[in-house]
Amino acid sequence: MSRSLRQNLGRLAFYLLLAVLLVYTIFPFYWAIVTSLKAGSEVFQPTPFPLRPAWNNYVVVFQEQPFGRQILNSLFVAVSVVLLSLALAVLAAFALGRIPFKGRRLLLFTILGVSMFPQIAVLSGMFELIRWMGLYNNLLSLVISYMIFTLPFTVWVLTTFMRELPKELEEAAIVDGASPFVIVTQVFLPLMGPALVTTGLLAFIAAWNEFLFALTFTLSSEQRTVPVAIGLISGASAFELPWANIMAASVIVTVPLILLVLVFQRRIVSGLTAGAVKG
Amino acid sequence: MAARANAGSALTRQRLKSAWLFLTPMLVVLALVAGWPLLRTISFSFTDAHLSNLDDSSFIGFENYVFLLQDPDWWRAVQNTIFFTVVSVSIETVLGLLIALALNAHFKGRGLLRAAVLIPWAIPTVVSAQMWRWMFNDVYGVINEIMLSTGLITEPWAWLADPQLSMAAVIAVDVWKTTPFMALLILAGLQMLPQDCYENAKIDGVHPVVVFFKVTLPLLKPAILVAVIFRTLDALRIFDLIYVMQGNKQDTMSMSIYARQQLVDFQDVGYGSAAATLLFMIIALFTVIYLYLGGIGREEKA
Repeated sequence: MSRSLRQNLGRLAFYLLLAVLLVYTIFPFYWAIVTSLKAGSEVFQPTPFPLRPAWNNYVVVFQEQPFGRQILNSLFVAVSVVLLSLALAVLAAFALGRIPFKGRRLLLFTILGVSMFPQIAVLSGMFELIRWMGLYNNLLSLVISYMIFTLPFTVWVLTTFMRELPKELEEAAIVDGASPFVIVTQVFLPLMGPALVTTGLLAFIAAWNEFLFALTFTLSSEQRTVPVAIGLISGASAFELPWANIMAASVIVTVPLILLVLVFQRRIVSGLTAGAVKG
Repeated sequence: MAARANAGSALTRQRLKSAWLFLTPMLVVLALVAGWPLLRTISFSFTDAHLSNLDDSSFIGFENYVFLLQDPDWWRAVQNTIFFTVVSVSIETVLGLLIALALNAHFKGRGLLRAAVLIPWAIPTVVSAQMWRWMFNDVYGVINEIMLSTGLITEPWAWLADPQLSMAAVIAVDVWKTTPFMALLILAGLQMLPQDCYENAKIDGVHPVVVFFKVTLPLLKPAILVAVIFRTLDALRIFDLIYVMQGNKQDTMSMSIYARQQLVDFQDVGYGSAAATLLFMIIALFTVIYLYLGGIGREEKA
């Protein structure tokens, strides 16, 4: 066998491997789309694409439950969580990233430790707290409880970002007599656009996808978020699930996320690795 | 001179004051949503609290823990969780390493593939669980269909009902969903490796496989270790994926699912809190190990 033939074969094998990888990552979502477009008994036939796309499944999802309302619920919760955690985290990150004080490292590692908390470990205490605040079956209960996983992460990533901003900027502002609050909001905040987008996106995705708290702290279908709504369609009998509808609902809530991820691919990767590698 | 030093320390004092001022809102929120509920969960675990009257419970010492340690279902959940964690994290590490190596090579369409790899990560866990539940369906599932038509199996497998297969199915979905995260962390590590070792090896004509095991793998070890610990901590608290795919079935019940069932379905807050507290202890132990390793890494760098 000649050398160039062997090289070509090697290249072919490599591309074949990549093709397998591509199919492996994409096929399940492709299959969800295909299923969501099948009408009636066609769902139960393994045709690789819908013969006549049945858009009706997407209409039925909104008729059988307050799905529109549930999407708005998820949006409200996720957006509130992002804004609140970013506001709290920017201030905290300035203190942790730029002002040396005793116990700073311990504090940082404690915050990182909180992000490792299993949600179940705070479930009963959180439930009691939420009932005491009168927020059971209220979306605000989710906005509050989601802070447990978005806040540590945003503080951590923004702190690493703050640390790398040039010192001269701050010194110039101090000479001009700017207070720390002015430095954060007028000098640093405008520079933090990219970092805020990255952490905000990751916090948004985490809040949008959360299941356990939403399952426990909300009751009526008007207050449910999307993951609970989709997770609970499975409820009744195991034999006659409305698979086409479940897949239609799944596609609706996933497409925006996939678009976000594709658009902000680089930012998301750098945000994900900032937490782990730089930590 | 003295005046300037004074001004400097006044400035330091002002900055210190504002540091704590800036930290306070975040710390208050964290104490409210993490510290306090955790303390309450731990204290519930020593009581006979019931969901219908949380306020009226009495202290019963370690009784919940004694019952818990005698409950075969709890041990089953522990065993399931550990099995799930070890198997899924191992597969994810090997697969993630392979994908990272592939994505690190130069080829056309690398950006496209890198984006595609992120898709499973972006899909909500609940949606992934439903998608795969449908694909694993014993009668109409596409997986059985493909395996039957290619002759891999001769009759449909009951992926989600068979006790042995159902754990394999759950692990397969977790691997699909979280390998991208692993691959990206390892890829980030790969891209920070010094290039000169490779060039030397290339000049010396060392076989690529030898280079991988002698050069790449040892250098990558820290990055892989961090990724493995992250994933392990995550896998130990697994809830959504298994709960949506399998509900409270014993064959695949994890520790989190066990605790939630006691807390919510059986309304036994005291007992469920004891289970949750034990899970917390296990994860806390791992976290301390991780922070210790991370801390050492930092000092070496500094």
